[in-house]
Amino acid sequence: MTAALQLTDLSKTFPVGRSLFGSATGHVRAVNPITLTVPQGETLGIVGESGCGKSTLARMLVGLLWPTTGRIEIDGAALDNADPAEFGKRIQYVFQDPISSLNPRKTIRQIMEAPLKRLHGMKRPEREARIAEIFDSVNLREEFLDRYPHEFSGGQAQRIGIARALAANARILILDEPVSALDVSVQAQVLNLLADLKTEFDLTYLFISHDLAVVEAVSDRIAVLYFGSVVELGPAERIFAQPRHPYTKLLADSAPVVGRPLTAPEAAGSELPDPLNPPKGCAFAARCPRATDRCRAEVPHLEDRGGTRVACFHPLD
Amino acid sequence: MTAFLKLLARNRLALAGGIVLSVVVVLAVLTPLLPLPDPDVTNTSNRYVRPFSGGTILGTDHLGRDLLARLMWGTRLSLAVGFAAAIVAATIGAAIGIIAGFYGGRTDNIIMRGVDMLMAFPYILLALAIVAALGPGLLNALIAVAAVNVPFFARNIRGITVGIAHKEFVDAARLAGLSNTRIILSEILPNVVPVIVIAMSTTIGWMILETAGLSFLGLGSQPPQADLGSMLGEARSALITNPHTSIVPGVMILIIVMSINLLGDGIRDALDPRLKSGALSRPMAATRVARDGPVPQPTGAGLLEVQQLETQFHVKDRIYRAVGGVDLAVKPGECLGIIGESGSGKSVTALSVMGLVASPPGVITGGAAHYDGADLIGAPYRKLRQMRGNKVAYIFQDPLATLHPLYRVGDQLIEAIRAHRPISNEDGRAKAIELLDSVRIPNAESRIRDYPHEMSGGMRQRVGIAMALANDPDIIIADEPTTALDVTVQAQILSLLDDLRRSRGLAIVFITHDFGVVAQLCDRVAVMYAGRIVEEGPTAAILDTPVHPYTAKLMACVPELGAGKRRLAAIPGLPPAVDKLPKGCAFADRCHRVQDDCRAQDIALRRDGGRAVRCIHPETPLTKAIA
Amino acid sequence: MTGYILKRLLSAIPVLLGITVIVFLIMALIPGDPATAILGSYATPENVEKLNRDLGLDKTLVQQYFIWLGNMVQGDFGTSFALNRPVLDEVIERFNGTLILAGTAFVLCAVFGVIAGVLSAANQYGWGDKAITFVVLLGISIPSFFLGMMMILLFAVNLRWFPVSGMWPIYGTRDIWALLAHLTLPAICLAVVATGVVARLSRSAMLEVLRQDFIRTARAKGVHERGVIWRHALRAAMVSIIPVLGIQAGFVLSGAVYIEIVFQWPGVGRMLVDAILKRDILLVQGGVVFVAACYVLFNIAVDVAQSLLDPRIKT
Repeated sequence: MTAALQLTDLSKTFPVGRSLFGSATGHVRAVNPITLTVPQGETLGIVGESGCGKSTLARMLVGLLWPTTGRIEIDGAALDNADPAEFGKRIQYVFQDPISSLNPRKTIRQIMEAPLKRLHGMKRPEREARIAEIFDSVNLREEFLDRYPHEFSGGQAQRIGIARALAANARILILDEPVSALDVSVQAQVLNLLADLKTEFDLTYLFISHDLAVVEAVSDRIAVLYFGSVVELGPAERIFAQPRHPYTKLLADSAPVVGRPLTAPEAAGSELPDPLNPPKGCAFAARCPRATDRCRAEVPHLEDRGGTRVACFHPLD
Repeated sequence: MTAFLKLLARNRLALAGGIVLSVVVVLAVLTPLLPLPDPDVTNTSNRYVRPFSGGTILGTDHLGRDLLARLMWGTRLSLAVGFAAAIVAATIGAAIGIIAGFYGGRTDNIIMRGVDMLMAFPYILLALAIVAALGPGLLNALIAVAAVNVPFFARNIRGITVGIAHKEFVDAARLAGLSNTRIILSEILPNVVPVIVIAMSTTIGWMILETAGLSFLGLGSQPPQADLGSMLGEARSALITNPHTSIVPGVMILIIVMSINLLGDGIRDALDPRLKSGALSRPMAATRVARDGPVPQPTGAGLLEVQQLETQFHVKDRIYRAVGGVDLAVKPGECLGIIGESGSGKSVTALSVMGLVASPPGVITGGAAHYDGADLIGAPYRKLRQMRGNKVAYIFQDPLATLHPLYRVGDQLIEAIRAHRPISNEDGRAKAIELLDSVRIPNAESRIRDYPHEMSGGMRQRVGIAMALANDPDIIIADEPTTALDVTVQAQILSLLDDLRRSRGLAIVFITHDFGVVAQLCDRVAVMYAGRIVEEGPTAAILDTPVHPYTAKLMACVPELGAGKRRLAAIPGLPPAVDKLPKGCAFADRCHRVQDDCRAQDIALRRDGGRAVRCIHPETPLTKAIA
Repeated sequence: MTGYILKRLLSAIPVLLGITVIVFLIMALIPGDPATAILGSYATPENVEKLNRDLGLDKTLVQQYFIWLGNMVQGDFGTSFALNRPVLDEVIERFNGTLILAGTAFVLCAVFGVIAGVLSAANQYGWGDKAITFVVLLGISIPSFFLGMMMILLFAVNLRWFPVSGMWPIYGTRDIWALLAHLTLPAICLAVVATGVVARLSRSAMLEVLRQDFIRTARAKGVHERGVIWRHALRAAMVSIIPVLGIQAGFVLSGAVYIEIVFQWPGVGRMLVDAILKRDILLVQGGVVFVAACYVLFNIAVDVAQSLLDPRIKT
């Protein structure tokens, strides 16, 4: 298998505050340098809580944000051009909010035609054939094409969003919380469609979500993000069943599960570190039951520990 | 477009404004063709003729000129100048605003600094300065009025553009390969145009007043040519002796501007989608109650007993049956879960109990909610208010939106107590600290001085819980209290609620869409679909043997942690719209066990042995399930 | 807080400089030759040239600007040729009159506008709301100068309740009662339009706030409806009403120009219009810069009030 997507030391820093003369008064590291390889055909799940940097990462991957450091390679070729159109042919994005990702004043046909026209310069008959083909594969009727976005339910709108991403003919899709705006009974419809499309078009997915169970159900491997860094990366079936990083364990224990008694796995008052004053060592140290002085002084890096990669000095067995 | 015109025509005031304005505009356009005397011919022997005398309709002015003719020609001029100024200002202002808002950063900074600078002038100073520089004259007055309004449009449109430029569909367009120019023209502009139209229609009247004002000061149209403003200006010296020369042009300005404003408001209302859906109505202090049928009597089944509750939303001529006959009962110390998907009516049920459904458009059309034997639905507002937060308290979903942003959390807690009993400042403070302690907020003494935005989501929700506990209520209704929170925080809040319930003997009605949460927290659970309860019973029993096909299917859809990569079950189709409910079972179209009789008639909720189900072809017969 | 005020005052400096540049440039656009305007068309070329030199008009535009600015910073706004007295003295004296008129009108419009807006929103679609909405509509549609003329006709000429014009009686004592009698009509007239705008905005701001979740929370707590409206909703609505009040202050100042003319009120607006018609450039420049500077300071006060009200604004 070749690497469909290779990230090397990718990071993003945002300036914050503004002095009287318009210069930034501080910086916030949204994403610490991340190095990742995603093989062709894999679904890599990315989980994390709000503020962990997962959306920033996703936006960098499609060229909507320019990384502060590092590089992105797709099929071995580096993308060093901040032009979303250049990215658009190779990597596409499915948005979290299906309705707001569709321009309310355009028909579905106009929305679908944009990537075909702009990215591939297709002529009209060609476009029509292609749209028909895509709509068929996402189980949407062609009569929808002349309607406006507000006429659709969340699930249908998300399928239109997926169809648009497919239209660009990219081999890699970034799925940014694609089902979190949907009800459970509809959520599965979309997830199963994504699985079918993946086989049909030999796609590679990056599936971003805060819902552990959903990520686990769709992913081959999962990366757990905390405070802008990957703290654990491993196969989906193992990562929550046998977590190695204390944070992963906390996540897994917190998820409400039928048949498990209610416990607070963590005391109150534990909060995320202040992004303006990041801690010196491990970002999780303040909340971690296993933290030692070393954790507070030194930043742990991802290391291979029997099949999973963990950024922890004292991983769980 | 036709829908827009229809909406506009439905607004009677706007229609009246539109008709008056059209008449004025048509007359103004036709003025050169009308048999009027020359407006500029003076005849000083015939000055100050009163209206309807001396062969004139409106009389003559101080130079003996026919007032009607001058009025018509003046109206023509004023309208033309006002519209021209509005279009010039809107075009330039919108262009500046879109560019600043779309590109952001330095471009935005420089442009908006300039706009702020222009707005730092009281507008007339700028207009006066421009007229001073260019010299008096109608065209120069037009330029001045347009120029002083450009910053207004620019700022307004920039704000809207910034909002749109950050929408996901703009990102999507970028990824579809659209250039910036194309994005502005095809994605931004169509969404900004309604705002430009609204801003224009609400400011044209203002601009006509402004140009008239400059002419009134003698800085606009120059004699003998007259617009309405200069007519007033010239007539002012004879105000006391011959008021009709002032009143005629003044009333005309009033008519024009008023009809434009009426029409403008109508256009705004028709274009604003929030107004269209009636969402900008003010919710009343308590939900409107309009019960036709008999009020059910309490049976003593619980501390809080909801019977045959029906709540509807009346929007325009549509009726949405959000809650269609719900029965529930909670005993002291019990936790009842209500589970359902969005639109199932679970939140509306909970809010109906204390009359907190936004009304309009909400109306409670039937049923009762008995607390300790007294009906809350029919209770007068005074009674209801005394119960709210005192006997029955609420916890809401998003704690950032549900706490008042401008008051310290301590003050909000004290207010919750003061709503029901007087308490001194020191006692209130002590009680607030005690409440924060009881929800395990560290450093409660310093935290009471925090504003909600200074706290994290989990801490805010703890404040929300503390507020619900302020008056030691018997029942807490929690409406998805953990949905907006991260999973680690959710676990803390749930275990807190569970502890409080056990230590204080609280009854909790817990609304959620998450089976995992229900399983961990609730003694009993009611499953809602399309505004009705389809199944109810002890949590463990329902999780073990779901009887209604919807419950069974819904549980199968929920991915469980620890099962690895797999295909998930889905329910085909969508729930029915609650304004078009089918005759029989609402789930029939999505059900794998559906038979013809399911669609034939209303399906009743059958109770047996502590469980209830609304199904005639259940997964397992109810009798078997309880056995 | 002190730091915030200082920061806002500092950031006003570029705005004030920008204002002087704009005023100077607009005035520099004036065609023709001020000296000719002053001396009349029979002036000899030698006299014109001498006056131009005296006025500094033989220098470059940039030099002229800095000389003008430097003098202003030292309190020298030049001398009005039409009035033959220092511009600053005249402006301050006239601004005093404007301040009394506009200040009263501003207080009226703020108080009544907000109250009308709140009542209107609290009784949405009720009779009170409809009546207020109609009056407001009338207020924003009537030209203030026309309203002033009609008020004079009715209350001063026919009913003789108030004097027709001026700020002080021509004969008699200049006490507070005399001032109030003269002030009533023009202040009300000036306030009407601004009240309409404030009421409209307050109404929609209140309606917006009343739909918010925290209002539902207040109701769920059992807070009395009075408290919900005046304590919870109004406070939150003030966040969007206060900036409007800042803008309305500018409108009141602007509207004062018309009212001063209709009621013969000795204010800075009437002075400016006269100065423009007489092409008294230094007086126009000085007056505009002075009033604009006052307005900028007023808006800083509005920002400070806003930051006191809303803890979310970083100070």
